[in-house]
Amino acid sequence: MYWRAVNLSELLPFTPAVVDDVINVDGDDPIAKRLRELGFVSGEPVRIVARGPIGADPLLVQIGFTRFALRRSEAQRVRVHVAS
Amino acid sequence: MSISRIALVGNPNCGKTALFNQLTGSRQKVANYAGVTVERKEGRFTAPSGRVFSLLDLPGAYSLEATSPDEVVTRDICLGRRAGEAVPELIVCVVDATNLRLHLRFVLEVKRLGRPMVLALNMMDAARKRGVTINREELERQLGMDVIETVAIQTGGAQDLIAHLDKVVTKDMLAPVVHDGEVHDQVRKILAAAVVMPTATSSIDDTIDRWVLHPVFGLAILALVMFFIFQAVFSWAEPLMDGITEGVTLTGEWFAATLPDGLLRSLVVDGLFAGLGAVLVFLPQILILFFFILVLEESGYLPRAAFLLDHLMFKAGLTGRSFIPLLSSFACAIPGIMATRSIQDPRDRLTTILVAPLMTCSARLPVYTLLIAAFIPASTVWGIFNLQGIVLFVLYVAGIVSAMAVAWFIKRMRKDKSEHALLMELPSYRMPGVRNVAIGLWERALIFLRRVTTIILSLTVLLWFLSTFPAPPEGATLPAIDYSLAGQLGRLMEPVFAPIGFNWQICIALIPGLAAREVAVAALGTVYAMSGSEEAVAAQLGPLIAAQWSLATALSLLAWYVFAPQCMSTLAVIRRETNSWRTVAVSAGYLFGLAYLAAFLTYQITKALT
Repeated sequence: MYWRAVNLSELLPFTPAVVDDVINVDGDDPIAKRLRELGFVSGEPVRIVARGPIGADPLLVQIGFTRFALRRSEAQRVRVHVAS
Repeated sequence: MSISRIALVGNPNCGKTALFNQLTGSRQKVANYAGVTVERKEGRFTAPSGRVFSLLDLPGAYSLEATSPDEVVTRDICLGRRAGEAVPELIVCVVDATNLRLHLRFVLEVKRLGRPMVLALNMMDAARKRGVTINREELERQLGMDVIETVAIQTGGAQDLIAHLDKVVTKDMLAPVVHDGEVHDQVRKILAAAVVMPTATSSIDDTIDRWVLHPVFGLAILALVMFFIFQAVFSWAEPLMDGITEGVTLTGEWFAATLPDGLLRSLVVDGLFAGLGAVLVFLPQILILFFFILVLEESGYLPRAAFLLDHLMFKAGLTGRSFIPLLSSFACAIPGIMATRSIQDPRDRLTTILVAPLMTCSARLPVYTLLIAAFIPASTVWGIFNLQGIVLFVLYVAGIVSAMAVAWFIKRMRKDKSEHALLMELPSYRMPGVRNVAIGLWERALIFLRRVTTIILSLTVLLWFLSTFPAPPEGATLPAIDYSLAGQLGRLMEPVFAPIGFNWQICIALIPGLAAREVAVAALGTVYAMSGSEEAVAAQLGPLIAAQWSLATALSLLAWYVFAPQCMSTLAVIRRETNSWRTVAVSAGYLFGLAYLAAFLTYQITKALT
């Protein structure tokens, strides 16, 4: 068994994954900062539980005990790894 | 007696407002914070000892590192930085017991301020049902603050909290030095020590979401919900609207009988009562719509609808959260614009407010019906379609398409092209509480009646003044309105409106028609010297305008009404919801501009073709 790193936006629904980190798109990225505040921090289990009906966007992400709707561009900031 | 100032803070969806309603009941004061359009809710309650507490319900926040006007207010008040707001003597931090992983982080952030605080462990009923066990004493020890269990939606569910507040002596907390990165670790540690969480989510939520968020069934359910709401708005509101019209007319007539003939009577009957009636008649629709919006919000469905449609709305320069306000605007733009409060992002909210008046509201229907019946033959097209129906459909589509186009244009033109996040929490489903819906409805009704009527009343009197003075000379043959300022203005406007095919009668009718769109029918009746009830006027008007106006003029007027903001209530609500006359000027300006352009093109093209 080995770990594979992907972006949260590429994660398939219901695939359990673990957050590595959140990347700033530019210097001071308020969206990345907010994602970290909402619990997207290293070691946190995460998975996608639904996708929007049009363009499979936004993504519904389960983190902790909470579900957040994230647009793909927002989810792209989150790096995760899955078991494959 | 000393009054203790308490502030409720917490994450969005922690049940904070339900707790506030539980504590204060109907003793609430709702206003805006000075200079911003963030709702300020304050209330009072008396503890058994007779001690009076004043309670401030701060806007929900995920973090004190504010990213929205709501969060700025919460941060500034907690820090005692907001001018005109005293720093709270005690902070009651509210958390959802089923969502502690997220909410405890904010508790630790607030704790760092070192202010006196207690924790209200809310929604304990839902937590117990899901088998969540929380060791309260351990949680108190870990957090270093008192922890009180509450069930905000249950009568008496806040008794422990009241009893605690009654005896608590406020003391400053020890402000711990915790760095941002360590807060999450600390939350994990606390959870491990004090909480047992059998499942991450509730199985009921999972089951409902499987259907409600399904790509096909989800959209079908949304369409059904919306269809039901519209059915209800139009069929339930009808008798109430008739009742209000009747009541206002009867009261007006009663005044007419008691007052001596003259200016005062005219002001009361033709000015105040006619104007008030034109606006009040929409109250049932507004309240029924608000009832549904509140139920959708309370139940947790609103963000789900936003989730389903976000992609589509985002392409047009809006957000998923714009959907419900815009859809409501098909009945009436007023509740639509007021419902934009659920859009936290100020930029998305402003765009939604600006395009909401383009949705075809029900007040346009009397105008559309009159013109379509008079000018469009009821012929069959392609075997199955009715031409009149097609024209009405085109008018609706024109509104939607132009709203999307305007939103897209605003997105392209604005200087700030930064990415604004959706980042929307989908909370657990909840049974909407009767008390919360009732209080919410009452607040909205008051806002509409109190704040908006002041502007509408003054404008009504102004419009009455314009249509009444100067009085017609002795032996006048034309209707009195022709001699009035409105009549003169209408004739002055005629050259401006000639290129779009409006005759002077239409120009005059547009002035009193600023009150509300459907008033144009009655105003045209006045100009053409007709009398009787609204239906009788419409019935007489149809054949008359069909004989006197060209098809190009009629189509041009239809196009005008797709865009023109002939509704002072809408403008008054925009003023209230944005706290800015500039936004009112911008919306009125661009809508009149588009109306003129559309009417011009329609008139010129139709004239060239016929």
